[in-house]
Amino acid sequence: MTATRMPLAKALNESLRKAMEDDPKVLVMGEDVGKLGGVFRITDGLQKDFGEERVIDTPLAESGIIGTAIGLALRGYRPVAEIQFDGFVFPAYDQIVTQLAKMHARALGKVKVPVVIRIPYAGGIGAVEHHSESPEALFAHVAGLKCVSPSNSSDAYWMLRQAIESDDPVIFFEPKRRYWDKGEVDTSTVPGPGLHSARIAREGTDATLAAYGPMVKTCLEAAAAAEEEGRSLEVVDLRSISPVDFDTVQRSVEKTRRLVVVHEAPVFLGAGAEIAARITERCFYHLEAPVLRVGGFHAPYPPARLEDEYLPGLDRVLDAVDRALAY
Amino acid sequence: MTVEGTAARSATRRSGGTGKRASAARKKKAASGDPELVQLLTPEGERVEHPDYAFDPTPDELRGLYRDMLLTRRFDAEATALQRQGELGLWASLLGQEAAQIGSARALRDDDYVFPTYREHGVAWVRGVDPTNLLGMFRGVNHGGWDPNSNNFHLYTIVIGSQTLHATGYAMGVAKDGADSAVVAYFGDGASSQGDVAEAFTFAAVYNAPVVFFCQNNQWAISEPTERQSRVPIYQRAAGFGFPGVRVDGNDVLACLAVTKAALERARSGQGPMLVEAFTYRMGAHTTSDDPTKYRRDEEREAWEVKDPILRLRTLLEKEKLADKEFLDSIDEESDALAKRVRDAVRTMPNPDTTAIFEHVYADGNALVDEERAQYAAYLESFEPEEGEQS
Repeated sequence: MTATRMPLAKALNESLRKAMEDDPKVLVMGEDVGKLGGVFRITDGLQKDFGEERVIDTPLAESGIIGTAIGLALRGYRPVAEIQFDGFVFPAYDQIVTQLAKMHARALGKVKVPVVIRIPYAGGIGAVEHHSESPEALFAHVAGLKCVSPSNSSDAYWMLRQAIESDDPVIFFEPKRRYWDKGEVDTSTVPGPGLHSARIAREGTDATLAAYGPMVKTCLEAAAAAEEEGRSLEVVDLRSISPVDFDTVQRSVEKTRRLVVVHEAPVFLGAGAEIAARITERCFYHLEAPVLRVGGFHAPYPPARLEDEYLPGLDRVLDAVDRALAY
Repeated sequence: MTVEGTAARSATRRSGGTGKRASAARKKKAASGDPELVQLLTPEGERVEHPDYAFDPTPDELRGLYRDMLLTRRFDAEATALQRQGELGLWASLLGQEAAQIGSARALRDDDYVFPTYREHGVAWVRGVDPTNLLGMFRGVNHGGWDPNSNNFHLYTIVIGSQTLHATGYAMGVAKDGADSAVVAYFGDGASSQGDVAEAFTFAAVYNAPVVFFCQNNQWAISEPTERQSRVPIYQRAAGFGFPGVRVDGNDVLACLAVTKAALERARSGQGPMLVEAFTYRMGAHTTSDDPTKYRRDEEREAWEVKDPILRLRTLLEKEKLADKEFLDSIDEESDALAKRVRDAVRTMPNPDTTAIFEHVYADGNALVDEERAQYAAYLESFEPEEGEQS
């Protein structure tokens, strides 16, 4: 079967549909996911085809959504819960951190809680407050959770399938500003990299850019611009934020000797800090420059008219590359 | 009684009540004097009737309930002693709440599912969880040492109220499966203030989930009285969510059993959730780390002592000549044997292996955990074995 070109949002929809067809235990639940198909239409048409028992419009209570998803998982279901926007997840944070993440371990492996939590996250769509945040580090820090973020349509389709098949809770961060970007999806062949493997998105020799989710495209654009200036940048699409595939990053850095980590989330104690520390340990004698980070500021996400200043763009990424190359 | 209370009670009568039975000669009609409280056995050991909740236990059932409560109390006392001896880090005593727990748990079927707090030792006993398994978390060797699915009894939940949502979700799953099982969420008066409990009520109501919310109002949330949690009796909150609530004498094992059974039957038959508030008293401290003399008066405890759940059933058994010396002695012996078994089990309970830290963090495995496990093993390997120690 040949690949089909589709937007990232449509790939997620197809992924959910196939998962529900394959396994009657898969449920979709969240605010407005039924008749409306979700505010981003990711669940469009699913309730019509699978019914209200499997595509569940929930009360507007995030802790309730995740708490009942845990109970459904304990009963043998595989709930895929949608949190409508990144900034709305915090009422559920207690259930996610205190209950969901720890339940398998505290039961000494006797129970499993295969809950997937989909969160449209990050900025770039000119939204109001609490609709543009990148809280992934707050979840990646918690043992028992897995955190992933696709950057393109094919990964959106396959990583969501793999997240639903996982017996562990997975926080699935969807780059909402890339929902409408189109890419090839081959739904007939399971792709090579597993859910938690990084991927070389572009090969290069002078420095490595590591990113995930919405910033992969930004980094690819930066690499294309750098090429015109005679610089060869390698781009690693991390795909998974917990665990991180350090081996792939290490191999890249051993080749390029320079690393810049890029994410929208604030730099301070973000995923980039962990990657910088680990890669410094692993590649100390290969590095020609300190690992640099580009990301959001230690400030609340700004009003939409200022988000282009807050979000890392091509120029800020290339500025960091310049600094890395200047050592 | 308030309007809400009336509505809740009449809803119960329509759907869940078992109806008024022909009165047995030994039962008196008088209730406790508190019109809100369902009572079938007075503190003086007198059987009384209630129009909605008739219950005629056999002598064997009565003796069984007595045995359950006595053994649970003995186990609880033993655990408190083991904490004092340094064998347990902490213990949360259920002293005084035996009737609420044994009565409600004896209403359950095997296929029903229980989501407890951390004090439901009596419920665990009835569900068949070995009492020694409850002690692992209080000794600090695990966070819950039993398989929840072996006895349909979930692990203890320490963050109060969280489990009411798990119970509701589980009940939603039961309904999706087309099963006629029911689910019970235990929680306390303190937890009733948690948002999760309100959300559980909402979800259970709108999905008509087969879940019974069993609130043991033991009057105290550590040092805070129930007046700090609610301006209305807790059972009345159910009305606002659209399902019935009822207050039962939590020290009356017969009433707790009858009311829970009615609530469970209601859930099974597709009529949705119900809130049962068992009005009881925490006779001991919140936990072995607590000091109730700082916040409550001895007189209050003394007033509840005469309402003791075990004493009133014993009075009934003796009055009705349902318990002879042989029976009572046999329970005492069984109780001594249980205490000894618990003592021995705790004292010989092994510490977990060091590597247990890394076990079951993920069901599908995790590269980071594997890496840290290997690093820590290598670190431990780097030490010379001490003299006499096997390398």
